[in-house]
Amino acid sequence: MSIFTIQPVFLITDILLFLLVAIAVGYFCYARQHAHLVTPWKHLSKNSVAMGSAAILLAYLSIAVVDSIHFKLPSENYSKEDPHYQPEALSLLDVWLKPLRDKSEKSYSSPFASQLFTKESIEQKNGSTIWDYPSLRYGGVHLNEGQSKSADILIRSIPGVIKGLLLGALVLILLTLYHRKKSPQPLFYHMQQILKGQCSIQWRPFLFVSTGLFIISGIIIELSQVYHVFGTDKIGDSILYQSLKSIRTGILIGTLTTLVMLPFAIILGIAAGYFRGWIDDLIQYIYTTLNSIPSLLLIAAVMLMLQVHLNNNAEDYNSLLERADLRLLFLCMILSVTSWTGLCRYLRAESLKLREMDYIAAARTMGVSHISILSRHILPNVTHIVLITVILDFSGLVLAEAMLAYVQIGVDPTTESWGNMINSARLEMAREPAVWWSLTAAFTFMLILVLAANLFSDAVRDALDPRGQHYD
Amino acid sequence: MMSYIIRRILYAIPILIGVNILTFLLFFYVNTPDDIAKAQLGEKRVSQEAIEQWKQSKGYDKPILWNAEATGIQKLGDTIFFDKSIRMIFFDFGSSDSGRDINYDISQRMWPSLAIAIPTLLIGLTVNITIALMIVFFRGTAIDTWAVVFCVFLLSISSLFYIIGGQFFFSKMLHLVPISGYDTGASAIKFLILPIIIGVIGGIGGGVRWYRTLFIEEIEKDYVRTARAKGLKEITVLFRHILNNAMIPILTGVVVILPLLFMGSLLMESFFSIPGLGSYTIDGIQRQDFAIVRSMVYLGSVLYIIGLILTDISYTIVDPRVRLN
Repeated sequence: MSIFTIQPVFLITDILLFLLVAIAVGYFCYARQHAHLVTPWKHLSKNSVAMGSAAILLAYLSIAVVDSIHFKLPSENYSKEDPHYQPEALSLLDVWLKPLRDKSEKSYSSPFASQLFTKESIEQKNGSTIWDYPSLRYGGVHLNEGQSKSADILIRSIPGVIKGLLLGALVLILLTLYHRKKSPQPLFYHMQQILKGQCSIQWRPFLFVSTGLFIISGIIIELSQVYHVFGTDKIGDSILYQSLKSIRTGILIGTLTTLVMLPFAIILGIAAGYFRGWIDDLIQYIYTTLNSIPSLLLIAAVMLMLQVHLNNNAEDYNSLLERADLRLLFLCMILSVTSWTGLCRYLRAESLKLREMDYIAAARTMGVSHISILSRHILPNVTHIVLITVILDFSGLVLAEAMLAYVQIGVDPTTESWGNMINSARLEMAREPAVWWSLTAAFTFMLILVLAANLFSDAVRDALDPRGQHYD
Repeated sequence: MMSYIIRRILYAIPILIGVNILTFLLFFYVNTPDDIAKAQLGEKRVSQEAIEQWKQSKGYDKPILWNAEATGIQKLGDTIFFDKSIRMIFFDFGSSDSGRDINYDISQRMWPSLAIAIPTLLIGLTVNITIALMIVFFRGTAIDTWAVVFCVFLLSISSLFYIIGGQFFFSKMLHLVPISGYDTGASAIKFLILPIIIGVIGGIGGGVRWYRTLFIEEIEKDYVRTARAKGLKEITVLFRHILNNAMIPILTGVVVILPLLFMGSLLMESFFSIPGLGSYTIDGIQRQDFAIVRSMVYLGSVLYIIGLILTDISYTIVDPRVRLN
């Protein structure tokens, strides 16, 4: 099987995510050539909390990107003349995590368990049955009788730690080479500067956090060869796999929502502030009306309607994945309808202020058209507000996803998401003894992302918002 | 003053009409009553008779906007738009898809919602403001920095975690209070304690951080320096002078949500099976009862707009410098 025999599949959300990454890279390249745009980011790169959380955000984002490359593998009877593909589209992450997907147990098993969580009647070799915990099919089968499990876990995690440290060292070397290109001091000097945290950019927290992440993932990769590190769920699927797959959903909801709303918020907000008069009145009326509907109820109403539509027109969609994807996109769109009003109001206030500035008046007397005043003089001066909003909204949206899933108006039930994991696992806490690992994994993965995003956005606000000079 | 209030109420009318038209379009044009009937009846191939029967029993069998068969004013009056939307403007919500009187349900379910929401708000406010003032007292020290980091940590935790974790810890492990349920009268207290505690704890992160910023802004002003120069104790300065002056932004935040307290907390009520308006809404959503969702959308908007008007009025009461024009 070669790389040419796969059939790429492009989901709408995949394309939008790549578009978003492209926009971010494009902005970065553009900003590098403009001193006034670079200054706040330089300020940000000196903030150690921001750099540390950036490492975590980058890790989550790269998993989401890897999980967004979808394709169909050729089926068994594939031939050049008559190409057949497997019906189910997979992502690159799915292929990489294939061992995790295949090793499914019968039912619940706790983390690192070698036996099922519930007792069953097991048939002995001599024909009699006993009531006991059956052994797992995959988890911990390599263990010999009487071998200590904790010792085994410890020994097996050592290679993971070493690999993680090596990767961390690789990052350090790359960073050193990068700084070496800029100034002629010896390599060792740069390395020392980075490690001491005296570099022009605070690489030290970034390096430490990413090395930590490498070590943790190294250990998890090593251990997940023979154990279920986060346990298995009701139908025996790996919790680790579900948590990793959920990252894409979380990231997509957090970013695409703002991406979808940006054009509306920017155009309407700036137009309201710049033109004033009846345009202003109309736009204000629109956003006050939308704002006055409690957002959860508006989302519920729209999602119910979408559900009705999808159920009645189920045959229009080629696959479950496509349908779930459409629903995810729709959720982003409706979330953006409820969240654009804030940004719109800020932009309106800012352009109200800007339009009275001398340079705008000068442009107007010189006969510059409205369109070019808006796009060349006003828009560039409100980008910082847009950026702050994008980053500030992110964490709230990730949390909102979990809540919506509980109300059953969130993403499609077949899509892996933390909200769906929590929703299907919340009754398990009432069991005796409680099944805690599925919830814990979902909450932990979510907490790390949201915490990193919150810390990062605080730093961004301090760096970018000239008004927000806090007392520190 | 009076004329200002009347003007604000008049401004609210076009917004409410907008909300009404929006919900109408959403519920009757994006998907026609036929689609809703199909979804409600659940089967792929539903017979047309079954759909007609369902529509008739729910009152959706009339023409949507214009009844050509009727005579005179009934051409407009005998339609879904008049039946469902015009009546809703005057708070006549009619009956839900399962046949219950929505107005009666709302009047019954309002009280349990308030029984949770009001104590949560009051206790939360007191706790948050006190903690925030204490943090401000230690401003600039390591305590301040770590307290803010801790607040960010708290507000990064999903509210679902607070609820599930709280139920597990207080009810299942310590057996202090029942896991969920509700009762009338004084015996309701044991059911209400846990949701209130969880609501307060869940709000600490965001609340304390917000109030801290308010107080920090206030503390750099001249009157604070004057108060200190008079030789007042720092505690007096904080609780007397700063708290009083920070009252305006605090009030704006509180008054605007006051009317919405009626709607209750969606998550809290459904996790603790409290028969309030929040769980009513969630039930409506989960059972796909469009009449209930539509009514709650409208009610929510009305309450939100009342909140905005109340905020403006409260400005004048707290701050005599503000003149309403």
